[in-house]
Amino acid sequence: MIEVRQLTKSYGPTIAVNNVSFDAHAGEVLGFLGPNGAGKTTTMRILTCYLAADAGSAAVAGYDVFEESVEVRKSIGYLPESAPLYTDMGVIEYLNFMTQVRGIPKSQRKERTRAVIELCGLEDVIQKDIGELSKGYRQRVGLAQSLIHDPPIMILDEPTSGLDPSQIIEIRNLIKDIGQEKLVLFSTHILPEVSATCSRILIINDGKIVANGTPEELAGQAKGEEIVHIAIRGPQAEIETKLDALEFVSQWAHVETDDGIDGYRVTATQGSHAAEALFHVVVDNRWSLTELRQESVDLEDVFLNLTVRE
Amino acid sequence: MTNITAILKKEFRSYFNSPIAYIFITFFLGISSWLFFRGFFLMNQAEMRGFFGLMPWLFLFFVPAVTMKLWAEEKKLGTVEILMTLPIRDYEVVIGKYLASYALLAVTVLLSLVLPLSVSFLGHPDGGTIVSGYIGLLLMGGAYLAIGLFASTLTENQIIAFILGITACFVMLIIGEDIVLFNAPNWLFPIFSYLGLGAHYSSILRGVLDSRDIIYYLSVIGFFLTLSSVSVESRKWR
Repeated sequence: MIEVRQLTKSYGPTIAVNNVSFDAHAGEVLGFLGPNGAGKTTTMRILTCYLAADAGSAAVAGYDVFEESVEVRKSIGYLPESAPLYTDMGVIEYLNFMTQVRGIPKSQRKERTRAVIELCGLEDVIQKDIGELSKGYRQRVGLAQSLIHDPPIMILDEPTSGLDPSQIIEIRNLIKDIGQEKLVLFSTHILPEVSATCSRILIINDGKIVANGTPEELAGQAKGEEIVHIAIRGPQAEIETKLDALEFVSQWAHVETDDGIDGYRVTATQGSHAAEALFHVVVDNRWSLTELRQESVDLEDVFLNLTVRE
Repeated sequence: MTNITAILKKEFRSYFNSPIAYIFITFFLGISSWLFFRGFFLMNQAEMRGFFGLMPWLFLFFVPAVTMKLWAEEKKLGTVEILMTLPIRDYEVVIGKYLASYALLAVTVLLSLVLPLSVSFLGHPDGGTIVSGYIGLLLMGGAYLAIGLFASTLTENQIIAFILGITACFVMLIIGEDIVLFNAPNWLFPIFSYLGLGAHYSSILRGVLDSRDIIYYLSVIGFFLTLSSVSVESRKWR
C-alpha cells in the first residue's frame, strides 16, 4: 500500500532523507525507529503530501504523492508530532469540522463522530474546549481526527511522546487494534515501543534506512549468532566432549545452576536452530533435559549498533 | 465548494470563539464614530463624507489585524500540517479563509450603518452617495484583506504578519496619493495612479459606480489571493 523508491529530500545543505526505499502492506504495524533528527518526520511529511521530495518517488494506496496528492490524502489518516489542534475549538466542534473537510456524507457524520469518540475514549471530554485538555486527551483527539474517515492507512508521528505510562499503554493497544486491518506507520525513538507494538521495524539514521525486518529478525541480525541456555542431567565429561564436537557450536561455557545440574551457555552460529538441535542431541544420548531456552537478544543492542556513529 | 464553506464556517466561528471579533467590532465602531462625530459637529452638515474619508486610513490598521492570524497562527500551532494534508486543494483553503475574514469585515461595516442612520435624524444626507460609499468600502476592504492574508502566509509570527500587512497596504495606498504622484517619474505616473488603492475608492465615493473601479478591486483581490496560494504551495517546491 505504500511504495517508497529512492526518496531524497534536503533542507539546504542538510540531507534529511537520503535515498530511502521501502514497502508496506495492509495489516502491518510498521515502526519507524531512529534517533531525533534522523528523517522520520520528513519521510512522513512527504508521504502525507505536506512536503515534496527532491528526488525519488512514493506511492500511497496506488497513487503518486506528488501527482495525485488529493487521492493520497483521502486514504491517509495523519497525526503530526505533538498533535497540533485548534485550541479554541470544542472537541465536538473540531471533530465535526473534520467530518466536513474529510468529505464524509452528511448522513454518516454523526455516526462517524460517535464511533471515533468511543474508540479513542473521549466520552468524558466532549463538552470541553481542546485548549482545556491534558496532553493525553489532546493526543487522543488527534488520533480521533485521523481515524474519522476510516482510512486504510494511518501515519502517526510519535503518537506516544509526552504521555504517562498508562496512557502510553492505552495508545499502544489502540494502535495494535487499528493495525489488525489497516496499515499503521508510526515513528518513535523509544525502543520498547516498537517491540511491543510493531510487526515490522524500519530503523532510520542520518536519513538512511539501516535496517528493515521483524523485531526478531533484527535482533538476530545484529548478533549474527544464537545463544541458548541449556541444563542437562547426565555425565558431565561426555556432555562436554559432545558440545565440543558439535559443528554449529562456536563456543560454550559451563554455568552453575541452583540445583547442581550442569548448565551451559552455548553460542551457536546464526540460523542453526541451535535450541532444537541441542534438544535432539540430548534425546539421542538419553540424557535428561531440565532447561532449554533461547536468550533473546536485546533490540537496544541492535539500535545502538546501527545508529551510533563511530 | 463544500470544502470552502467548511473552512469559511470554521474560521468565522473561530473569530467569535476568541475575543478577536468582539474587540475588533467594538474598537472599529468606537474609533470611527468618535473620529467622525468630532468633525461632524464642527462642519455642521448632515453628510457622511468625513466618515468615508477616514476609512482608507482606519482600514490600514484594522484590516491586517483581522487577517494576521489566518495563516501565521496555523503555522505557529502546527495545525497547518493537518490542514494541508486534508483532501482539500490549497486554493480552497485560501478562499475559505479569505471569505471568513471578509464576512467579519462586512458585519462590522454593516454595523456602522448606525452612523448614517443617526445622521439622517439630524438632517437630510444624500442617500445615493452613502450607498455608493458603502459599496466602495466593501470593495476597498476586500483588497486590504487580500493583501493582509498574503502577508500572513509569509510568516509564523502574527505581529510580523500584522506589520507586513500594514506596510503592504500602506504602500498600495500612498502610491496613488498626490504627494507621491507628483514626485514620481513621469512614466510611473499613470501606473501609480491606476494602482493606488485610494483613487478608485474616491471615484466611487463621488457616486459614480464605474466598472473600471470594480474591476480594479476585483483584480487586486484576485492577484493577492493567487499570491497567497502560491506562497502556501511554496513549501512543496522542488
